[in-house]
Amino acid sequence: MSATAEPHVGRPLRRKEDPRLITGRARYVDDISLPGTLWAAFVRSPEAHASIVSIDTSAATARPGIHAVLTGEDMADLAGPLPMAWAPPGVEVNNPPHWPLARGSVKHVGDPVAVVLGEDRYAVVDAAEDVIVAYEPLPVAIDPEQAIAGAPYVHPELGTNQVHSWTLAGGDLEAGFAAADVTIQRRVINHRIAGAPIEPRGVLADYRAGALTLHTSTQVPHFVRLFVALLLGLSEEKVRVIAPEVGGGFGAKLQVYGEEIVACWASRALGRPVKWIETRSENMSVTHQGRDQIATVRMGATRDGQITAYHVKILADLGAYNMLLTPLIPSLGAFVMGGCYKIGAVTTEITGVFTNKCPTDAIRGAGRPEATHMIEVMMDQMARELGIDRLDLRRRNFIPKEDFPAAVATGVIYDSGDYVASLDKLLEHVDVDAFRAEQAQLREQGIYRGIGFSTYTEICGLAPSRITGPAGVGVGAGLWESAMVRVHNTGAVTVYTGTSPHGQGLETAFAQIVADRLGVDPSVVEVIHGDTGTGPEGRGTYGSRSLANGGEAVAKATDKVVAKAAKIVAAELEAAPEDIEVSGGKFSVKGSPEKGMTLAEVAGIAYIGAVPEGMEPGLEETTFNDPENFVFPFGAHACIVDVDTATGKVNVVRYVAVDDCGNPVNPLLIAGQVHGGIAYGIGQALYEHVVYDDDGQLVTGSFVNYALPTAAELPNFELDHTITPSPSNSMGVKGVGEAGTIAATPAVTNAVIDALAPLGVDYINMPLTPMRVWRTIQEAQAR
Amino acid sequence: MSGSVTVHLTVNGVEHELEVEPRRLLVHALRDDLGLTGTHVGCDTSNCGACTVHLNGDAVKSCTILAVQAEGSAVTTIEGLGGEGNLHPLQEAFWNDHGLQCGYCTPGMIMASAALLAENAHPSEAEVRHALDGNLCRCTGYHNIVKAVLSAAEAGAGAPVAS
Amino acid sequence: MITAEFDYQRVSSVADAVAALQAGGEDAKLLAGGHSLVPLMKLRLAAPSRLIDISGVPGLAGIERDGAQWRIGALTPHARLAASDVGLLNRVAATIADPQVRNRGTIGGSLAHGDPASDLPAAVLALDGSVVAHGPDGERTIAASAFFSDYMETALAPDEMLCEVRVPAMDGYGFGYEKFHRRAEDWAVVAVAAAVKVLDGACVDVRVALTNMASTPLRAGAVEAALRGQPATAEAVAAAAQRAAEGTDPPADLDADADYKCHLARVLCERALVAALAPA
Repeated sequence: MSATAEPHVGRPLRRKEDPRLITGRARYVDDISLPGTLWAAFVRSPEAHASIVSIDTSAATARPGIHAVLTGEDMADLAGPLPMAWAPPGVEVNNPPHWPLARGSVKHVGDPVAVVLGEDRYAVVDAAEDVIVAYEPLPVAIDPEQAIAGAPYVHPELGTNQVHSWTLAGGDLEAGFAAADVTIQRRVINHRIAGAPIEPRGVLADYRAGALTLHTSTQVPHFVRLFVALLLGLSEEKVRVIAPEVGGGFGAKLQVYGEEIVACWASRALGRPVKWIETRSENMSVTHQGRDQIATVRMGATRDGQITAYHVKILADLGAYNMLLTPLIPSLGAFVMGGCYKIGAVTTEITGVFTNKCPTDAIRGAGRPEATHMIEVMMDQMARELGIDRLDLRRRNFIPKEDFPAAVATGVIYDSGDYVASLDKLLEHVDVDAFRAEQAQLREQGIYRGIGFSTYTEICGLAPSRITGPAGVGVGAGLWESAMVRVHNTGAVTVYTGTSPHGQGLETAFAQIVADRLGVDPSVVEVIHGDTGTGPEGRGTYGSRSLANGGEAVAKATDKVVAKAAKIVAAELEAAPEDIEVSGGKFSVKGSPEKGMTLAEVAGIAYIGAVPEGMEPGLEETTFNDPENFVFPFGAHACIVDVDTATGKVNVVRYVAVDDCGNPVNPLLIAGQVHGGIAYGIGQALYEHVVYDDDGQLVTGSFVNYALPTAAELPNFELDHTITPSPSNSMGVKGVGEAGTIAATPAVTNAVIDALAPLGVDYINMPLTPMRVWRTIQEAQAR
Repeated sequence: MSGSVTVHLTVNGVEHELEVEPRRLLVHALRDDLGLTGTHVGCDTSNCGACTVHLNGDAVKSCTILAVQAEGSAVTTIEGLGGEGNLHPLQEAFWNDHGLQCGYCTPGMIMASAALLAENAHPSEAEVRHALDGNLCRCTGYHNIVKAVLSAAEAGAGAPVAS
Repeated sequence: MITAEFDYQRVSSVADAVAALQAGGEDAKLLAGGHSLVPLMKLRLAAPSRLIDISGVPGLAGIERDGAQWRIGALTPHARLAASDVGLLNRVAATIADPQVRNRGTIGGSLAHGDPASDLPAAVLALDGSVVAHGPDGERTIAASAFFSDYMETALAPDEMLCEVRVPAMDGYGFGYEKFHRRAEDWAVVAVAAAVKVLDGACVDVRVALTNMASTPLRAGAVEAALRGQPATAEAVAAAAQRAAEGTDPPADLDADADYKCHLARVLCERALVAALAPA
């Protein structure tokens, strides 16, 4: 089948999603109302670690309009605690129970102790204040390095704060370091950040007549359905989970949360719909956070700039509990620990540690930003050590284009890449010599400007099941993706995807894919997602997987429809099915485009039943797509900053990104993902930091001091791209949702170090807050 | 304590009389009492701007205003700015320039932008960025939002907004 | 987040407001724009039993020149002040939070709230301004220097209402306001307000005040003394600015410890003075 003359794929089509969003007609969870709904408000621990001595719910229960106050004891019939779905072969993971409502003790500020259910949105908040909980404070473990060394323990019954220890090693590390002329070591910190989607979480659970419908702001409705069913003892088909409009996720909604379970349980117990809308203060303290790794990183190289060995030891602060994928997250970085370099020996050792903080889990990039930050900062450090230009050092170690698909030391096969091309393209936009002249001139005026680079690759498109699944990396689920394509009587098309987009624009991208293949306009292709009650089983949206896996599934399912349509058309036009092509909006015989049938005409035949003998009526196909490999987007970013050395404040002056995500489906969407990703990375590098004090109190409990950058802090971003198709799927696409975030933090950090080099600053860890930058300058000057 | 208070509001040109608790936030009166759910809540601290509406023509954060404080006022929400078939130029520009992704901050962002253009029909890029510093977006990195506001200004969106 | 319950009362005159304060007892609070109070109430850090809404009191929102001084009504929103000709205060008001907040927040509310991290208190202090308060015994004028008594505490009696702010017109002065914050919408980590009058190349009058360097806004007396009478040169300014942290007691917070705040005060003071000396 050939595509139409002017394919929709590749065009910057404006989004199908937008009309409802720009007019305020979209429906997020809090926009949905059901008659008779009870509101829920949670009573949460003000203590970082304490025993619950008693809970007095009487005053709260006595308030007007309050129907129930539930505690962990009330929910004793739950089939089990909240899920942790990582069981890596041969690795022991300490996994103490994590209940939706605390049982006996609380482990971090915000841990839910009770829930109040009542008629009025405001009154339940008042009632929650009236629940009297007596706590007996316990010693807290806050600093991860102290916590791994010994008591006090977050879970005393374990006798340790260690969650697990996991190693990925490839190549002969000892020989690699022995071959090195120079070895450097740095302590690299990827600090704790919040996902902070602007829509907080929310749930609306409605149990009636034996069936449960849950609206929840999630990235993974099918996982939520599975665990709601298991924990509540419901048969899975009786549970329908709907992710309506979802106001951003960034990994923070890739989770099965206790509030989801509690709302469902309470709805069943009370016979009323139950609604809970998270406040931002709750979001900052109980919605899972990310990063928080302290790494000891060692790199060895020969004098002429060949990296010979790379050894990373990570202490990952996982917080108080394991959530869905908590201990797995650092491992995701291990597979690309060597970045886009050909390094013979790469070893990553990860130790997870419990602390009395909010759990961490997947946040945009999930392990890969940390890994990329390490290698890209280390490349600059090594270049300085060797006296080699930092871009030259990168070029000397790039995996060459001809090596792809490239097996690397970490055991994975990078699907495709051309790192030289993306760096060359970047340098078409950034004239380094001219910059150096400008930089020198500005320094004479007291302006400290610096440039930083990051050449990155990452592993995404989460699948394939054979690697990610139970026998491979140990995720307790196959990570394929599904699609069902249904052609209606009129030739209009509905696509059901198992992905669950929340801003990515997949309704548009998938419609483009389908439209080309079926010879229709994207405007008549509706994409349905985020509803377990429609379409096939699915796996959700995260890990830059939805286009490479879900889009590929859509393409394959559509191709099945096309194949059937071709048989119908062939019979009508008295031609062979293999001679039918889609061209100019019609199915026609190759070479005679004047004679042909529209999809509407084909559908008419398919549904009237006058199909060729032996063929079933209908025009609808389903696919489960499980690829052979991941996809590995890559690129080169440059960041230019000015540092006010008197105050330490860093200002991003210019940011240029060249990304390669394979064949573009919709350039508008790609640019949007890259813009947002870069801002996310700049946010982490310069502004954002989840801070707990020594007592485990959350200091950054709101958007007042958890500082998301605003428009006023950021520049325009300059984007370009190269195109290196992926062999992992038929469309040659790669994910792009995380790339900007993954690339940005080292580019910013390297730029700040470059700016401050004349002041003797040669290294600094994020977050690059004004006080930290200023102090680093003071220390360097004092040396 | 408290009881209820009668509040008269003209919202998107329609007069309403509401009985509310004194503590009822304007945003909840709009969303829960009047069903205008296009105005969103994203924080507790007046930082995110998702709740931005126009109060007597001025952009305000409706999560930090009590409904009783709006007595006798004219309120314009995103639903009143323009809808299917009669999009406001800013709505059109956000669509054309991909100025939104998840859409949650978008109504507030558009209302804040409309207030800017009503005051300054042809702002510079820096003026746009500064005027939107009370509105947080986590998806777009602001690049296309700024672009959309500038292209709406170019298209003459700076006419006063009816309230 | 939801505020606790409270009684609500709308008043239409200053006398009614004062009477309502008296009747309402210690826990009654005046409500103007509500942009200092309502956020605290939503976080349940404040829970007044009664709010007396003065936003409808006529005649309290406006700016007028009265001889050698400006009279600014307590209900004047920051946006209006920012667009006015009131020296120093206009540029200070333009830095407050974001446009939406500037449309609602008022100068009276900002001063009465007494938050040392707010922008306007230090600016009014720098100008030797005053506030006019009405109470049961009538009207009194309180100098800014006597107004800010402690962290979020002022000289206002519980039954007094701040009605007007007066600042000298400061004709012939140059102004500077340097606010250090991480993001444009943030509170000041530290800020410095300066007003300088230069005659024949010499700084004949110097006023400098500091935001967020103690539990109240402070005058930087040592800087003023060091620069007064000195030539309006970069060297003299730099030397004087070195004394900006003298007598301060900055609280450490997430963004800055005390040392860093003192350093910032010196840096910002120099910049504010340079701005004040720059040709208009």
